[in-house]
Amino acid sequence: MSSLSASAATPTPEADAPAVPVAVPNARAALLLIGTAVLALAVYYFIGVDQGATSVFGNDMHVHEFVHDARHFLGFPCH
Amino acid sequence: MVKRIIGRGLLAGAVAGLLAFAFARIFAEPQINKAIAYESGRDAAQEALNKAAGIPPDMADPDLFSRTVQADVGLGVGMVFFGMAMGALFAVAYLLCLGRTGRLQARTLSLLVAGGGLLGFYLVPFVKYPPNPPAIGHPETIQQRGSLYLVMVLCSIVFLAAAVWLGQRLKPRFGNWNATLLGAAAYVVAIGVVMALLPSLGHLSDNVQLYGRHATETPLPLTDKQGNIVYPGFPADVLFAFRLYSLAAQLVLWGTIGLVFAPMAQRLLQPAPAGPPTSATPAASGPAPDPVTT
Repeated sequence: MSSLSASAATPTPEADAPAVPVAVPNARAALLLIGTAVLALAVYYFIGVDQGATSVFGNDMHVHEFVHDARHFLGFPCH
Repeated sequence: MVKRIIGRGLLAGAVAGLLAFAFARIFAEPQINKAIAYESGRDAAQEALNKAAGIPPDMADPDLFSRTVQADVGLGVGMVFFGMAMGALFAVAYLLCLGRTGRLQARTLSLLVAGGGLLGFYLVPFVKYPPNPPAIGHPETIQQRGSLYLVMVLCSIVFLAAAVWLGQRLKPRFGNWNATLLGAAAYVVAIGVVMALLPSLGHLSDNVQLYGRHATETPLPLTDKQGNIVYPGFPADVLFAFRLYSLAAQLVLWGTIGLVFAPMAQRLLQPAPAGPPTSATPAASGPAPDPVTT
C-alpha cells in the first residue's frame, strides 16, 4: 500500500520537511509494540469471538449478549 | 516517541469508535430490530408447525440483557473498545512502516495505514464472509463459521503485509509504480486462491445435512408438509441495508482513525521549523532534530 503514493516527490512545501525516520530499531520499542498488539488482539477477541466459537469463561453468555449488536455489525459470525 | 504514537493511535481509535457507534445507533439498530422481528415471527411459525406435527416446543434462551441495553450500552462499549483496539494496532503498523516504506510524509502514511486496516480487517473478509444481521446464522455451525472468518482475516492481513514488503523489494528493479502494481497483483492472486479454497458457509456439512445445499445460511421461506409457504424468506432489503451500513460504519471508523491521527503524527514526527512562515525555503528547514531518538 505504501508505494502507492509515488507522488511524494512532487514539489510541495512539505517535500523539504525532514524525511520520516525509522522508529523501531531497538528491543525496548519492539517489546512495547508486541505488548500493545497482544492487548489489542485480546480486546478484538472478546468483542468478536468469545462465547461464540470458543469461550474463556465456560458456558456463560454475558459477554456475548452484551456486545451482541456490535458483534453482528462489525462483521463477526454470531449465534 | 513510541509510547506517544501508540497513545495517539488509541485516542484516534476512541474518537473513531464513538463516531462509528453514533452511526450504528442511528442506521444499524432499525435494521437489527427488523431482523429480530423476522426471527421472532419465524420462530412462532415454526412452533406452530411443530405443534401440528406433535413435536414438543423448544425452550427459549433467557434474555440476559434487554434489547435497550444491547442497543445502547452494549453497542457503544463494543464499538468504542473495538475502535481503540484498532487504533492501537494501527499505531503499531504505523510505527513498523515508518521509514521503511519509501519517502512518505507522516500524514500520507497515516491515511495509507488506515486504508490497509480497512482492507485487511474488514473489506477483504467481507468479500468472502459478509456480515449478517441477527436471524441469519445456524447455531450448529458457529465454531466453523468463527474459525473460517478468523482464517480469512488472518490471511488478508498477513498477505497485505507481505504485499507491501514485496512492493518495497521490487521497487529498485521495477520502479515505484510498477512495483506497487506487482505487489497489489500478488495480493489479489494470493487472497483469491484462499477465497476459492475456503468453503461457502452454506456448504458446511452440518448445513447440507440439515437444510440442503445452498450457498449461504440466509433463511429461505418456511414451508409446511404440503410445500405451502407459511413464513417468507429473510427480507432482502433488510439484509442489503444491514451490510451497506456495516460497510459504511467501517469507512467511518478507519477514515476517522486515519484523519485524526494524521495531523498528530505530523506534529510529532515532522515539527514545523521555528521562525516566520518562510519554512518552504531550504535554509529554514535545515538540520531538524531527530524526533524519534528524543
